[in-house]
Amino acid sequence: MFAAILTIAALAAFFGALLGYSALRFRVEGNPIADQIESLLPQTQCGQCGYPGCRPYAEALAKGDAEINRCLPGGEALVLTLADLLGREPVRMEIRKKLPVVAYIDPQGCIGCTRCIQACPVDAIIGATKQLHAVLATECTGCELCVAPCPVDCIQMRPIPEDIQGWRWPYPAPTSL
Amino acid sequence: MTIPIPDLQGRTLWRFHGGIHIPDEKALANHRPIETVPLPERLWVPLQQHIGAPARPKVLVGERVFKGQMIAEPQGFVSAPIHAPTSGRILGIEPHPVPHPSGFQAPCIVIEPDGAETWAERPPPLLDYPQIDPALIRERIRWAGVVGLGGATFPTSVKLSPGPDRAIHTLIINGAECEPYITCDDRLMRERAGRILEGVRIIHYLLQPKTVLIGIEDNKPEAIAAMRQALAATDLVDYTEIVSIPTLYPSGGEKQLIKILTGREVPTSNIPAQIGIVCQNIGTAAAVADAVLDGRPLISRVVTVSGRAIACPSNLEVLIGTPIDHLIAHCGGYRQPPAKLICGGPMMGFQIHDPTTPVAKGTNCLLALTSAESPDPGPPLPCIRCGRCATVCPANLLPQQLYWYARAKDLDRVQDYHLFDCIECGCCAYVCPSHLPLVQYYRYAKTEIWAREQERRKAEQARARYLAKQARLERQARERQARLQQHQEALAYSDPARPEDRAALIDAARQRAAARRSQLPKD
Repeated sequence: MFAAILTIAALAAFFGALLGYSALRFRVEGNPIADQIESLLPQTQCGQCGYPGCRPYAEALAKGDAEINRCLPGGEALVLTLADLLGREPVRMEIRKKLPVVAYIDPQGCIGCTRCIQACPVDAIIGATKQLHAVLATECTGCELCVAPCPVDCIQMRPIPEDIQGWRWPYPAPTSL
Repeated sequence: MTIPIPDLQGRTLWRFHGGIHIPDEKALANHRPIETVPLPERLWVPLQQHIGAPARPKVLVGERVFKGQMIAEPQGFVSAPIHAPTSGRILGIEPHPVPHPSGFQAPCIVIEPDGAETWAERPPPLLDYPQIDPALIRERIRWAGVVGLGGATFPTSVKLSPGPDRAIHTLIINGAECEPYITCDDRLMRERAGRILEGVRIIHYLLQPKTVLIGIEDNKPEAIAAMRQALAATDLVDYTEIVSIPTLYPSGGEKQLIKILTGREVPTSNIPAQIGIVCQNIGTAAAVADAVLDGRPLISRVVTVSGRAIACPSNLEVLIGTPIDHLIAHCGGYRQPPAKLICGGPMMGFQIHDPTTPVAKGTNCLLALTSAESPDPGPPLPCIRCGRCATVCPANLLPQQLYWYARAKDLDRVQDYHLFDCIECGCCAYVCPSHLPLVQYYRYAKTEIWAREQERRKAEQARARYLAKQARLERQARERQARLQQHQEALAYSDPARPEDRAALIDAARQRAAARRSQLPKD
C-alpha cells in the first residue's frame, strides 16, 4: 500500500517536472495559429472588422474571441477558408464583397493637411504640409480609412477598371445537375 | 501510347496520347494564293501583341511615321517592339477593341496611312551572318519584333537564347497546322519555301542543333513537295529532314509535335529546351529571315479568312493593325449572316464581337461560321463518367477530374491533377456526350488561380508596408521621447536644485542691480 502510494507520487513528481521543463525548453514564440490566420487575411489593414488592423483580428480569431465573418475585403471565400482552418461553422456574411476600389484625391480640393497621410495604414499617400497629396494607386488597398479624416471631402473611392491583364474567364453557366 | 509507327519514309514516328480526327475544312481556302490587301483607312496597332510586358509608345500624336519605323519599344527582356506597318500620321494612342477573349479595349496606336508606303531607314542586311556574332543576330531579331507566329506570340529572340547550360540537339520547325480551316502556313510553305528555309538556316546557326526536323501533316501534300524541292537546292539537306506526319488533331501542339517526331516528352511545367529541343513555327522562320536578310521588321502576316459565311475564303498578307471588317470586305463580304465570328481556329479560337478589332501578330485565322458549321451544342447535361475525354486528351490528363474540381472551385486539388499541363485544345469538349463546356472550366480555373496568386502577392506587399509604417511610427515616438528627456535633463542641469544656492544667486543678482543703479547719474 505504502509502496504503491510512493510509486505513484514519484511518477507524478517525475512527469510534472518533465512537463514543466519542456514547457520552458520547447516554448513556442508567438502564436502559430494567429500567424497562419494572418497569412490568409487580405492585409488591407482597414479596421472594418472592429480591430485595429489584420494582425489584431488574427490574434482575436486565434483566441476564439471574434466571429469569422468580420473581414469585409476577404468576403465569403475567406469565411469558408477560416471555417475550414479553425474547424468552425461557416457564418453568412452580412455584406457581400465589394468591387475593388482605389482612392483618388481631387487636386482641386486638396488643401495639404496631411490627415489622410496619417490615416493611411500602408503609406500609399504621398505629400507634405500645404502641398498637394496624391495616392500611389499600385499600393492603395482600398480600405477607405483616408476618406473620413479629410476635412474638405476631396477623396473619392473609384472602382478599378477591369483590364486585359486582370481579366478572368467567367465561371461557366451552371449545368442542369 | 509509346508504340512507334513505322513511316513510309523510313523515319520512326511516335504517337502522342489521344487526339481526334475532325473534318479539316482546309479545301475552302487552300487553293487560294496569298494576296496582299489594299491599305485600310485606319490601322489600330495594339501595344500588347505578345506574351510579356506591353510595348511603350515612342511616338507622339500627330507625328509622321514611316513604314517599318519603331513606334513602340519593348519594356523588359520578355517583350517585343512594334513597328509602323505603313507610312502615315499618328492619329492617337487610345483604347480600342483588341483580339482577346475578353473583348475588352486596350491601348492601340492609330495610324492614318498616307498611301505612299515610304520606308524608314532600314538596318543593313546581315547576308554574311555565319561570320557575325550570334548575339548581334539575336539583337536584330529582337529589334524586328519577331514573335511566335503559330499563335502563342512568345518573343522569338528569347526562345532563341536558351542559355549556355542548355545544349540544343534538335530544332523542330512546326508546319503541322492541325486546326481545321487554317491554311496560312500551308500557303506560306507552298509559295515561300525558300524563305522559310533561309530562316531555318539562321535559327540553325544560332542554336547549333545536330538535326532539324520540319513536321508537316500529310493532308498538305503540295506543301510537303514544295518544301522538299526547296530543301534539295540548299546546303541544309545534310542535317534537315522534312517529315510527313499523320493528320491527327492536335499534332501541331508544341509538346505533341515533339513527341511525334522524337518520341520524347517534355517534363511537366517545363519548356522543351529542358530536353534539348526548340520548336519554331514556319511563319516565324520566314519572319526571322526577313529581319536578318532584309532588315525588315514584322509588320505583316498571312491570315486565312475562311468559313462558309464568307463569300470568297482567301489567304491574305495583312498589315498588323488592319481591322477585320476590311479583310472581310476584301473577301467579298458575307454570303450569309455569320452565326459566329472567330479569331483563330474553330477549336482553340475565341469569338470576337467588334468587327473593327484589328489583326495582331498572333492572328492566324478569321472564321465567319454559319450556324450549320457551329451548331449550338445544347444545354450541358450531367457528366456520365464515360471517360471519353480521358482517352482523347493529348496531354494525358484526367479531364473529368479536372472538371469536377474546377466546378467545385477547388483550386488546390485541380492543380494536383496538373491543370497547367492542359493546352486547351478542346478535344475533351469535342467528344463529350454531355456537351459540357470543359475547356471553359479549365480556363476559368487557370485565370482564377493566377488572380488568387496576384492577390496573395498584393496582400504580402500591403502587410510589409503596414509593418514598415508601424515600425517608423514607433521609432519616431521613441525619438520624440528621447528628445524630450534630453531637454528636461538639460533644464535640470542648468537649474540648481538646492534652495540656498538659489537664494545666493538671487542675492548676487540684486547686488549687481544695485551697483548698476548707483552708477547711474542722479537726477
